[in-house]
Amino acid sequence: MVTSAFERAAPPGSIAQPPSSNEYLTDRGFRALAVAGASLIILLVAYILWEIGAQAWSAIYRHHLGFLISTNWNVADEHFGILPEIWGTLYSSMLALLIGGFLGLIVAIFLTQDFLPLRIAQVFSTIIEMLAAIPSVVFGLWGIFVVIPVIRPTANWLNETLGWIPFFGSSLSGPGLLPAALVLAIMILPTVAAISQDALNLVPYRTKEAAYGMGTTRWEAILKVMLPTAAGGIASAMVLGFGRALGETMALAMLIGNSNQISLSLFAPAQTLASLLASHFPEAGQSERQALMYAALVLLAITLIVNMMGTAIMAVTQRRISGRS
Amino acid sequence: MNEQVAIKNFRTAGDAPDLRRSWTERRGVRSFILTIGAWIVALIASVPLFSVLYMLIVQGGSRLSLDLFTELPPAGFETGGGFGNAIVGTLIMVAIASVVSIPLGIIAATYLADLSPDSKLSSTTRFLAKVLTGFPSILAGVFVYAILVLAMGTYSAWAGGISLAVLMLPTVILTAEEAMKTVPRMMKDAAHGMGCTRTETIWKIVLPTALPGILTGVMLGVARVAGESAPLLFTALFSNYWLRSLREPTASLSILIYNFSSMPFDNQIQLAWAASLILVLIVLVFNILSRVLGRSRI
Repeated sequence: MVTSAFERAAPPGSIAQPPSSNEYLTDRGFRALAVAGASLIILLVAYILWEIGAQAWSAIYRHHLGFLISTNWNVADEHFGILPEIWGTLYSSMLALLIGGFLGLIVAIFLTQDFLPLRIAQVFSTIIEMLAAIPSVVFGLWGIFVVIPVIRPTANWLNETLGWIPFFGSSLSGPGLLPAALVLAIMILPTVAAISQDALNLVPYRTKEAAYGMGTTRWEAILKVMLPTAAGGIASAMVLGFGRALGETMALAMLIGNSNQISLSLFAPAQTLASLLASHFPEAGQSERQALMYAALVLLAITLIVNMMGTAIMAVTQRRISGRS
Repeated sequence: MNEQVAIKNFRTAGDAPDLRRSWTERRGVRSFILTIGAWIVALIASVPLFSVLYMLIVQGGSRLSLDLFTELPPAGFETGGGFGNAIVGTLIMVAIASVVSIPLGIIAATYLADLSPDSKLSSTTRFLAKVLTGFPSILAGVFVYAILVLAMGTYSAWAGGISLAVLMLPTVILTAEEAMKTVPRMMKDAAHGMGCTRTETIWKIVLPTALPGILTGVMLGVARVAGESAPLLFTALFSNYWLRSLREPTASLSILIYNFSSMPFDNQIQLAWAASLILVLIVLVFNILSRVLGRSRI
């Protein structure tokens, strides 16, 4: 392996030397190890799908697809159904996306469109990131002792005066959908804000200059030029925020009320797939545990699909924008 | 004479137009109102953080004492007590998670960043790692329950640590890859020119240079995972006693907060706030460490 040309270029005393056979072996070995490490992620995802599916199998076999549309959760009769939970998961996450996504987008616009001097914008951006660092249980605790007492008077007033509107159809006795959705919105705000900021910063400066050069006001430039250009990235931010809301567990378990009912009312207690798992699992017996595994599989399917869509949208829009500029 | 008239005409004929928008123009007013709206939204968005910090400092701070670190959790009607075992449990499980996920993550990242950045395997791994960063933490707990708790027959700190590792791994891989990509091409080429194999280049040049960036990613991963509680419900459960072995249910700060938050006793609620304060402090310290370490880049 060492030819005379190499020997001439690298005489035995110098630092530069062709690799020895030991070094070739270690190189081959490490490269194989690295391939194994990289494939580990793919194998891990496959293993997760396999294991949860295997655990859920006995429940799937027993309950079939009726599991998805039944509203009972009766341990004694061994009748299980997760329709209220699917409803609760989608309803709370949509509400959270409406509130948190909107707020996050405005915050992103506020931070990237020269409303603040650069240093202050960085401080504000750090504040929003700190929001993302707070653990979910702490948000749940805060929700119980701050959010619920604060919104209860307004909620009960809305129920008394406007109770004929289905959204205000019941009174807020404590945990319920609205406090849970509000806290969830605050939890996904940093995610949406961060990805939207990246999307807005990727818009080429010339586009912004061109808009202002044509005489737009600041908000006309933002709403009619910047947002449509960054629309792909903002869409992926919303989808990923939605995915995060779907999988959120602890704050919801503490705030949503753990009640298996389907209701349009914002103030009624409800249940999500994740909070069902969290609240029922520690004390579950054998058959209930299998039903919970089935519910976990449904949650896995929903979140994987949403997260894959969000990541794919982000990849496609980044490629398009960097190709364009 | 004619020239002077011409110059005078030139000057007055082309007065620069006033480019300022008139105050009464509707477009301008609309924009101004929207700006006020944006300011209000920004203030609303910062209120929750300050509210949480206020509650933590006031409610949690009032209970701070050395007892918290040395005593065990109290039962229902007791007063006093602390959560020393929960702090130990959290630190141990985070340590297990780090030991498992950091080496694996860095090795996978070397493949993604250096050995074969454009291959099908790389792009698939990158895509799946990004998808996994949004993975619900409770499903990581369910997964490790299925593979470890049922196999070992008991809840354990090992299972808790491994479920946290599953959550930490994608963050470590993605940030380590980013850090390794910033190493200048010249350095790697110089190493190759001197006769290094790809492996030697990675271990002697790329990793030492990218170390601050990798540490940033590791600290971020640890910060995220220290506060997780949903996976621990399925893997480590909880314990009211000091840790005796890694193969039994283990206490943790996050599960303690979850359990105590639903109890009707004031003592427990106060302890929950104090535990939240300590947990947030731990997470914030790791976050700040990650920023400080990240600043010392080349």
